[in-house]
Amino acid sequence: MTVEDHDIDAARVAERVERRWATLSIAIIVVLAGAAAFAGIHKATMPQARVETVEPQTIHLSGEFTEANLGSAAEPDGSVTVRAVGQQYSFTPQCMVVPVDTPVLFRATSPDVVHGFLIQGTNVNTMLVPGYVSQIPARFSRTGDHLMPCQEFCGVGHEGMWAKVKVVTRDEFLRMSAGNRRVACVD
Amino acid sequence: MLTSRRLILAHFWLAFAVFGFALVLGAWQMFVRSPLHTWISNPEWYYRSLTAHGTVMGYVFPTLVAMGFGYAISEVSLGRPLVGRRWAWAGFWLIAVGAVMAMIPVALGRASVLYTFYPPLIGNPFYYLGIVLVVVGSWIWVALMSINLRVWKRDNPGVAVPLPMFANVAGSYLWAWTAVGAALELLLQILPVAFGLRSTIDAGLSRVFFSWTLHAIVYFWLMPTYIAYYTIVPRAIGGKIYSDTMARISFILFLVVAMPIGMHHTFADPQVGAGFKFIHSAFTALVALPTLLTVFTICASVEIAARMRGGRGPFGWIGALPWSNPIMMAVAFSFVMLGFGGAGGLVNMSYQLDSSIHNTQWITGHFHLIFGGAIVIMYFAIAYDLWPHLTGRAMRDLRLMRVQLWLWFVGMIVTTFPWHWVGILGMPRRMAYYDYADPAIAPQALSVALSAVGGFILLASGLLFILVLLRAQRAPREDAGAYRFAAALHPPVLTPALNSYALWIALMVGLTVTNYGFPIAQLALRQDTSVPAVYVGADP
Repeated sequence: MTVEDHDIDAARVAERVERRWATLSIAIIVVLAGAAAFAGIHKATMPQARVETVEPQTIHLSGEFTEANLGSAAEPDGSVTVRAVGQQYSFTPQCMVVPVDTPVLFRATSPDVVHGFLIQGTNVNTMLVPGYVSQIPARFSRTGDHLMPCQEFCGVGHEGMWAKVKVVTRDEFLRMSAGNRRVACVD
Repeated sequence: MLTSRRLILAHFWLAFAVFGFALVLGAWQMFVRSPLHTWISNPEWYYRSLTAHGTVMGYVFPTLVAMGFGYAISEVSLGRPLVGRRWAWAGFWLIAVGAVMAMIPVALGRASVLYTFYPPLIGNPFYYLGIVLVVVGSWIWVALMSINLRVWKRDNPGVAVPLPMFANVAGSYLWAWTAVGAALELLLQILPVAFGLRSTIDAGLSRVFFSWTLHAIVYFWLMPTYIAYYTIVPRAIGGKIYSDTMARISFILFLVVAMPIGMHHTFADPQVGAGFKFIHSAFTALVALPTLLTVFTICASVEIAARMRGGRGPFGWIGALPWSNPIMMAVAFSFVMLGFGGAGGLVNMSYQLDSSIHNTQWITGHFHLIFGGAIVIMYFAIAYDLWPHLTGRAMRDLRLMRVQLWLWFVGMIVTTFPWHWVGILGMPRRMAYYDYADPAIAPQALSVALSAVGGFILLASGLLFILVLLRAQRAPREDAGAYRFAAALHPPVLTPALNSYALWIALMVGLTVTNYGFPIAQLALRQDTSVPAVYVGADP
């Protein structure tokens, strides 16, 4: 065997090893994308799907996000809808109350700049972009309090923009919502 | 052949000077918001500092490194003096003037909008104009790289483009196109409002424009590092590149798929629908491919070096590597940080997992580990490797170099690992202070303090790096010989597709249009979602 033959053999081996690695790499990527697709379609876990807009400059005057309509609302089907607004530098309501083990739908927006909506200890985490409605479904399995910071820089008061989410028993939530159209836990 | 030494040194020195400045700000920020310090009396100072830190580290520092290194690559790998040196100096001065122009309003507190701009927050127009000048300066470099390659190709028909130059030009095209997203945001949306010509802005649209730039810019930062992996490391440790072809394929893949994936930054945004979010998520998985290929090729190249040095056995060769060589250390540290950072990145790009860490300190930890860690440590290696050839002076501080690299590696781990952890606990990013007395936040205090200590280790390492370069600038003269890049084990064969860019640029632009065209058009056509600008600092 000449040196050149040996070189060609070595080159072939090198190429084969390289091809195997490339195939493995592609397989990893296909599995990753496939897992995301499967979880999205089969379990319906995905980021917000629909784009919904709202006139940002008039949300306080009429429509869904007027002050009287903010807070938790018990729906006829037993679920709860929580409506909130984030503005420089606070959330309204400042303390949101939700029942445990109940489907909860958060709907929120911003009238001024971009804010963030993050409930610590959960995977409820979305952006509030003026002009658009953010919607995120959740279900809390334990009672207790969660901090809710604004997670996007919104100006010099950003560090002070924290709210709270209080998870209470269903009975307590029923008691609070009896006679109230909207519930919040602001003292 | 290095004839434009002054030009290249000017780029590197300005890059490392602004890096040192931004590093001081970074360490200060880590400290003031940690429990080691009382609450900052004026939070505005924090955001001012943060804007300066991000703007310098994101737009000025890596751009100058890529440009300086790019000019060196052009001269060395093509073996001819740079064409258009005057233009290169013009580009350099545009960046210097732009950086100063941007930093003045920031220092005065007139542009505390952070480097990601965040409209409808609007700062002083000179902040944005300064950044535009920086980008225009870098586009001169893009044009020069293209022209130099063209001139060389004309004189060398039928010869494969040297790998360093091939990768370098791919990186320059990537930058030219990725900067377009932020440029559109600045020119169409922000500047008209900053100058008072218009008063409202659609924040949803600007977030989509910015995402176009925000992700691929990381690959632009990464390019010098990957070029160093392929073309400096094997030579510096006495080996060869395992596969020249695979290297070219990796760089082409970066060029094609780095752009149409940026919307994974907007998974949590309400202005983009689920379909495009999924497409971008899948494409982001694809961009892991060139990195996986690179990891293989570089490990194989390093193994070749070890075996040429007499290493034996399936793992025994690792011991035969020149571990006291700073370049060897840098690449090993870089790979470890790339591994952890990349694993974290898989969480970020995941359609489902992202929501558990979106916009928390995890994200800050992630990109500091990737950019500050894996990428910047190779910038140090590039400087160490080129310095004797640029200055014509000996570089004898090997011990100091080793200490510096160790400090950077340890500092980056100590900074970013606790950062990731508090992110999982839900700690939000970019806040001037946290109430550690709150029982819900108290458990994060220790991690944040640890991370601040890491910040000071990084500062020490960064200053040491500058000291090493300064000392080398005063060392006795010594001829370092001709600078050269690593050779491939098997010399490259001329494959037309792997020696030109037309097809790949067409794919890059085409994929960006398919992945971004519809969402941008849809958002641009809306009239009812704009809000009045919120001017930052003072009167508009």
